[in-house]
Amino acid sequence: MEKKKIVVIGGGIAGMESSSFLAAMDFDVTIIEKADKLGGHVRNWERLFPTMRLGAEVLDFLNQGVEGRVKIVYNTEITDIKKKKDVFAITTGDGKNIEADAVLVTTGYDLFDARKKEEYGYKIYDNVITSSDLEMLFTEGKKILTADGKTPKRIGFVHCVGSRDEKVGNAYCSKVCCVTAVKQAVEIKDRLPEAEVFCFYMDMRMFGMHFEFLYKEAQEKYGVNFIRGRLSEASENMDGSIVVKVEDTLAGKPLRMNLDLLVLMVGFVPSEGSNKVGKMIGLKTGPNKFFKTQDQHTLTNVSNIEGVFFAGACTSPKTITETITDARAAAVTVADYLHDQPLGRRTI
Amino acid sequence: MINFGYSLSNDRQIDFDKNDLKIARFVNQGEPTFKICIACGTCTATCSAGQFTDFNFRKLMIMIKRGEDHKVKEEVSKCMLCGKCTLACPRNVNTRNVIINIKKAVNLK
Repeated sequence: MEKKKIVVIGGGIAGMESSSFLAAMDFDVTIIEKADKLGGHVRNWERLFPTMRLGAEVLDFLNQGVEGRVKIVYNTEITDIKKKKDVFAITTGDGKNIEADAVLVTTGYDLFDARKKEEYGYKIYDNVITSSDLEMLFTEGKKILTADGKTPKRIGFVHCVGSRDEKVGNAYCSKVCCVTAVKQAVEIKDRLPEAEVFCFYMDMRMFGMHFEFLYKEAQEKYGVNFIRGRLSEASENMDGSIVVKVEDTLAGKPLRMNLDLLVLMVGFVPSEGSNKVGKMIGLKTGPNKFFKTQDQHTLTNVSNIEGVFFAGACTSPKTITETITDARAAAVTVADYLHDQPLGRRTI
Repeated sequence: MINFGYSLSNDRQIDFDKNDLKIARFVNQGEPTFKICIACGTCTATCSAGQFTDFNFRKLMIMIKRGEDHKVKEEVSKCMLCGKCTLACPRNVNTRNVIINIKKAVNLK
């Protein structure tokens, strides 16, 4: 019997791990990836919370499952998807057609464009950067310097930039930024022990195993300071340093502070790729604009279209651990569908 | 009575059983977004009045919600109704209308 074909859209970590499992279950799996490498956002992340392990180690592990088992089409975007009976016809940017019995959407997320929070001055003031910019400095092994090449003495992290903010239309919590801020604060203190580091937060959401431990370590071992308040604005001084306005809500007083470097913890938004693919096949989105799963608790990998499934951050912000777990769950769900759904016919 | 030089301190606790939530109920009715504040303090950080007086809008709202309303009239009079807080609030609380409703409530009392 001919192997059933699955097309996986997006070669980030969700696409990689679900493909590995599906290939191991003897399906014919093709990943369509727009970039020239697999790994998605994790490629830009040097170290991972909460253990500080290298992102590359996770990618190496995931690669071992993909290599030799899964077909990969690089540098390719999808322009059209059509469903005829139970078969999908997928057209790629170079005019090729790929057939599939099931489609797994793993189109992930984009980082929030911090320029939309104009009051924080990203791309207006030179010493305002994003968490992603900072991580890039770590990844490239560069020194942390202010725009005019000085070692920063005081660094601030702003939590919830583009998250929990109805003024930019994103009411949800992006989940990973709190712990990422703590991780990056620790890494800065490791490199610049003399620097003072402040995290401005609304709520510290340390939900994961070991997150609270990292938070405590940041206070105890590294002396990172935490101020409960959300910035109303940041502005630039004559010398290029940044002055922030915030209420220290626990002290009950407005507070101003000069900082040499301000790091904006940008949240998750549905990726451009998700939006495009969603429109092509008519995938439903939820109130937060991420793809809507058929059920919040149970049918978490199932879309509104039979034969189309989800894995990873295209349905909601997720940690790497959660994404990998979700990818494996999606693989089983797709396999069940292609095996005449002994379990997929359950209703809720 | 003989004065022995001792005095009794007033109880500092918020007495949730005795406190009257009349103002809170009135504001909830008039401006339902009063309920969705997460106390992030952005309003107070951007507050023009708060730079020069001890006006603290976040605190005022929480005090009303707890029924600690003895200073509300005095506090609410410090607001200049400039509306910057409404622009800054991440939860889209209609802060300006909250203030107007607090003013109405204290005048009704």
